[in-house]
Amino acid sequence: MIQVSHLTKYYGPNRALDDVSFSIGEGEVVGLLGPNGAGKSTAMNILTGCLCATSGEVTVDGLSLSDDPTEVKRRIGYLPEVPPLYPDMTVIEFLRFVYELKRCRFDREAHLREICDLLRITDVRHRLVGHLSKGYRQRVGVAQALVGDPRLIILDEPTAGLDPKQIIEVRQLIRTLARRHTVLLSTHILGEVTAVCGRVLIINRGKVIADRPTDALDRLVEDSLRYRYAVVGPEKDVTALLSAVPEVARVTPTGESDGEASVYVVSGRGGVDCRKAVYYACAKAGRPILSAAPLGGDLESVFVQLVDRDDEQA
Amino acid sequence: MKAIYRRELHAYFSSPVGYVFAAVWFLLSGAVFSLTTLFAMTSSVTSYFTYMLLAMTVLLPLLTMKTFSEERRQKTEQIWQSAPVSLWGVVTGKFLAAMTLFAGCVCVSSLAFLILPLYGKVKAGILFGNLLALLLAGATFLAVGTFVSSLCVNQLASAVVTVAVLLAFLGVGLLSSFVSFYPLRFVLNALSVFSRFSGFSQGVFDPAALVYDLSLTAIFLFLTVRVYDRRRLR
Repeated sequence: MIQVSHLTKYYGPNRALDDVSFSIGEGEVVGLLGPNGAGKSTAMNILTGCLCATSGEVTVDGLSLSDDPTEVKRRIGYLPEVPPLYPDMTVIEFLRFVYELKRCRFDREAHLREICDLLRITDVRHRLVGHLSKGYRQRVGVAQALVGDPRLIILDEPTAGLDPKQIIEVRQLIRTLARRHTVLLSTHILGEVTAVCGRVLIINRGKVIADRPTDALDRLVEDSLRYRYAVVGPEKDVTALLSAVPEVARVTPTGESDGEASVYVVSGRGGVDCRKAVYYACAKAGRPILSAAPLGGDLESVFVQLVDRDDEQA
Repeated sequence: MKAIYRRELHAYFSSPVGYVFAAVWFLLSGAVFSLTTLFAMTSSVTSYFTYMLLAMTVLLPLLTMKTFSEERRQKTEQIWQSAPVSLWGVVTGKFLAAMTLFAGCVCVSSLAFLILPLYGKVKAGILFGNLLALLLAGATFLAVGTFVSSLCVNQLASAVVTVAVLLAFLGVGLLSSFVSFYPLRFVLNALSVFSRFSGFSQGVFDPAALVYDLSLTAIFLFLTVRVYDRRRLR
């Protein structure tokens, strides 16, 4: 659906995007995740034609954004970080304006009614945009992105500044959109990605540092596969024993005890499953394992570690 | 372009700007018309148009001050930047909306000319020449204002800078009479909106002045497009 190739963007001497490449298939819901200032909004503004890249190319359905911007823009609906709404228009006037701007050829009123119903803004359609609450304004922002029924919806921080109830509503809305559209969602909130996206692109300092399905992301970080072990024996000896296992990256005593055993958090090296190696090492040393349980790696820690590791490498 | 044009017209009348402009224009036009023709007991309209041209330097920036600066301030530009419309379409849509309001006010205030025959013979050539010159100068002024607005975030700054630029356009003509160095005088005269105005105001159709005004209008609209092109590349 959309192919981004070697996108680089400089603001004066500062490099905001550095050779960014990725593609998104039809029907995917992809999260673009990164800390503030990572280049997410720059990437989104380039994808939607609001900014020009210094180099690189964006194609949508095989059409180049630089060669055929009008046709490409027809296929994209965009909600920027600050919803671009005219406060002096009523919701329906604004949506009619967007309909005309995008030169749509549907039954206008039926199309807008369908969008209003989907976003549950029908009851406020005759109210001035400037008088709406932030949550409603966000919904109107999404509504304008849906006008023209674009195949790709790009949402930049769609839940920024919303209260928890509104955040849940917007996430539910994104799930609904995903049934009919390809969605690219930018956020710095990890929960958002796990809640709605099937795939995540992590961007830091203008570079894509990870591109994985959401549920496989934790395998990217060395110590993301963690286990809680209770092993009998002096803490110092057991720590040395486990640390000597080649498949183990790190052993951290928790200070807790489980009967006569002490508790340790053991991380696998390079994302490998170290359980067999730990079992054989303990058996060989005569140190019984009383319990073993996977801790997993939460996305938050994966994200922080990926970003930290990228910062260290820079 | 049509969508932007309609949106801009809507914006003029959803805020006081359109009403204030129209009210001040009609008030001023009425006062100047009364003083220069009715009280002077003459059917000559040359003075009226000269004063209205001066008034336009202050009034027309009211129409253009928000054109782009307000969009930048409210971050609403992305709505048309990401839409399948050209920058030319956006710029001309906004310009034509301002031009429509201005031309509408000129047409309405021109109804006053219907009573001129009571004060003497009306020279239709001079009247329509002046009207055309006023509209052409107005188009140029609005294009300048549109361009300045694309450079400013603050609408007040946009209005003040536009007034300064327009006064400079008028001022260079006056300055030229004090310059003895011919090439410089020629350049200053060429830049003067006043000297282009004089041909039409005497009822003479001056193609050079027509081309001058239309070119200047097109140049400033082109510069506005370039501002946004450049901003996308920055």
